[in-house]
Amino acid sequence: MFSFIAKRMVATIPVMGVVALFVFLMLRLSPGDPASVIAGDYATPEDIERIRGQLGLSEPIVVQFGNWIWKLVHADLGISIFSNLPVTTLIVQRLEPTVMLSLTTLFFSVAVAVPLGVLAAWKAGTWIDRAIMIFAVAGFSIPVFVLGYMFIYEFAMVLKWLPVQGYRSPFEGLGPFLRHIVLPTLTLSVIFIALFARITRASVLEVLEEDYIRTARAKGQVESKVLISHALRNAAVPIVTVIGLGIALLIGGVVVTESVYNIPGLGRLVLDAILKRDYPIIQGLILMFSFVYIIINLMIDIVYTVIDPRIRY
Amino acid sequence: MFQTTRRALLIAAALAVPAMTLAAQPAAAEKVLRVIPHADLKNIDPIWTTAYITRNHGYMVYDTLFAMDKNLKPQPQMVDTWTVSDDQLTWTFKLRDGLKWHDGAPVTAEDCVASIQRWGKRDGMGQVLMTVVESLTASDAKTIVMKLSKPYGLVLESLGKISSNVPFMMPKRFAETDAFTQVTDMIGSGPFKFSKEEWVPGSKVVYLKNEDYVPRDEPPSFAAGGKVVKVDKVEWTYFPDSATAMNALIAGEVDYFEQPPNDLSAILKTTPGIVVEINDPLGNMGFARFNHLLPPFDNAKVRRAAMHAMKQEDYLLAAVGVPDNFSTCYSVFPCGSPLENDAGSEIVAEANIEDAKKMLADSGYDGTPVVIMQPTDIAVLSAFSLVTAEKLRKIGMTVDMQAMDWSTLTSRRAKRDPVSEGGWNIFHTWWIGADVLNPMAIAYSGDPEKGWFGWPADAELEKLRADFAFAKNLEEQKAIATKVQERLYAIGSHGNLGAFFVPVAYRDNVKGLIKSPVQFFWNIDVER
Repeated sequence: MFSFIAKRMVATIPVMGVVALFVFLMLRLSPGDPASVIAGDYATPEDIERIRGQLGLSEPIVVQFGNWIWKLVHADLGISIFSNLPVTTLIVQRLEPTVMLSLTTLFFSVAVAVPLGVLAAWKAGTWIDRAIMIFAVAGFSIPVFVLGYMFIYEFAMVLKWLPVQGYRSPFEGLGPFLRHIVLPTLTLSVIFIALFARITRASVLEVLEEDYIRTARAKGQVESKVLISHALRNAAVPIVTVIGLGIALLIGGVVVTESVYNIPGLGRLVLDAILKRDYPIIQGLILMFSFVYIIINLMIDIVYTVIDPRIRY
Repeated sequence: MFQTTRRALLIAAALAVPAMTLAAQPAAAEKVLRVIPHADLKNIDPIWTTAYITRNHGYMVYDTLFAMDKNLKPQPQMVDTWTVSDDQLTWTFKLRDGLKWHDGAPVTAEDCVASIQRWGKRDGMGQVLMTVVESLTASDAKTIVMKLSKPYGLVLESLGKISSNVPFMMPKRFAETDAFTQVTDMIGSGPFKFSKEEWVPGSKVVYLKNEDYVPRDEPPSFAAGGKVVKVDKVEWTYFPDSATAMNALIAGEVDYFEQPPNDLSAILKTTPGIVVEINDPLGNMGFARFNHLLPPFDNAKVRRAAMHAMKQEDYLLAAVGVPDNFSTCYSVFPCGSPLENDAGSEIVAEANIEDAKKMLADSGYDGTPVVIMQPTDIAVLSAFSLVTAEKLRKIGMTVDMQAMDWSTLTSRRAKRDPVSEGGWNIFHTWWIGADVLNPMAIAYSGDPEKGWFGWPADAELEKLRADFAFAKNLEEQKAIATKVQERLYAIGSHGNLGAFFVPVAYRDNVKGLIKSPVQFFWNIDVER
């Protein structure tokens, strides 16, 4: 197992290299130029060229790439073109809200979706199954921002139970943290509950046809144990796979939710940076997201070995 | 035993939750004004960038030698007294007593000299002023001496400029920073202090009351007068979503919303406890800017034909929609301002598609496609682009509308290349009225090398602008401004799309807003 993990970590390096090259080229070849945004309305072409020079943007692309890689290997993500602050500082500032929102969404989605999916599979063909699947289709179809507006309207404006927007750190008080995280979590969870419930249902339904399930029932096992200890356990591998894929989707969903609920997280940071062409931030964040996703995939592969003892690397 | 342990755990849990909740209670009695600004503050150096949000930030942290009042006249702000020599060549400014930087050091004339020099390298009006400044020195700790090579009529107007780039005063050690490099430490002498530790670029800015600030005695009037701070703290929280911003204002989570979109301001107007009003009497002036370097708009007749098709009401209805928030204005200078006039304005005031069609036919237009850059992320400009496309098609032009974001547009509009190599023919924008009050505005330049994007070349226009800078009184300025406007329309400088006003919205417990083209946060009180 350790050699497997070590090999995967070593394999991360060329993957990150390809991502770095891709994101660098994509940015440099896209239209838009941070120098002209900075220079403003009074800018002359000389002003813009001067700013490009100061930002290192008038160097050949190969030189720019080399400079950036050299900084990267020294763990320096560079300085934001616009705020003049280190990219690392900006990421650290925005990390907690995104991590908290992602974790609460993930845990809540799994906690709700897996039982719903198992229930739907167990009661396949009944009104319970249909109701859950209708919810799943609706949840997958309604855009995140529409859900956000609906929840804000009902729970914040009409019922006045919860705040409209904002984020409070759990270190500033559990109560305010929970009050502010409930609606964004609910909003973002709906689509993941829909996705995970559908996959859970399909996987469990397949397993419920197996001989060992019939044997367990014939031996007088209670139905709950049949479903959880036998069916769900054996259906878990594809469910865990989809949860892993869901984390990648989460990064995209977080952007919209952070905008609707005014949460100062990484999603908004990358969106703002893209609109302004703040290259160091975009490059740094995409690399970070890619690295996180690689690690999550590795963790998913390790989880497989826990769920299914037959899987060994 | 088990029951005792269980009970103890339950009691502990019951005590823990309120304890954790109590940890979140805010400091008692601190008066905080919670603001939703119109943009997020990414850069904090108001000389380095012309962005209006950075300008507004500058007014919080810095102060100016002179400032514009509601009559558009420059008034002393940091200056106590000033004199002009009989030959109009030597200006002497004496600073007020008690001016201090936020680090406690006194403001000196040397600081101001360095600040003016840095500002003069970036700002258009500043650059013109510096061409006639022979020397700028500090004769003592509180006296600035400016010697000119010839009399110049806009010294105080330049030093009291209200909008970007505002000549903010900084400590000398920061003002000596290259004008194209950002100053990163916000030590000013303004009514607020910038809390850098609490700054989250793109999200939140916090300003603390400067207890050592000495305001003037006069009542506030635009940027002039006494800057009396009535709150302990001002928090700017940028909301990327306007609907959420509106809901936060209604729910009382914020106090002031700087620029609600027109469709949402209509909802806010009918909401109890919310006040919606126009705070900027000068408004914004819509522009359709032609590229004078490339065909077909390298031909003045084609430009004038296009201008004659641009009926202001159509643009304003499409982009703004709420009649209370727009008005036609055929002057290139804001309506209601001292230089407003109607010379040469028939071409826009009597806009007519059929006549425009004839003008185009007579111009020799050969069917060259017109590339309109449409910034889809700015609703007003996107709407302007759509209306222009429709107008030009109606008069017989071939239109190629290209959608992009504002950032792409700003980089592309700087290109002078042919369209096939990334050039352009038309883009739309607006200037706030305060930025186009007189012919010195860069938008009205006829210098193709140093002028604004679009690059009209007209020596006569440049001569008129130079004459304006040296005009001796308001009457002379008005006469020249009239000729400038005539010339701008004659050469087809740009399409004048009219004036629109963006309201502000705030809760009715907020008092003391200053009506001004720039939103200021002194004088405002929040009754809790």
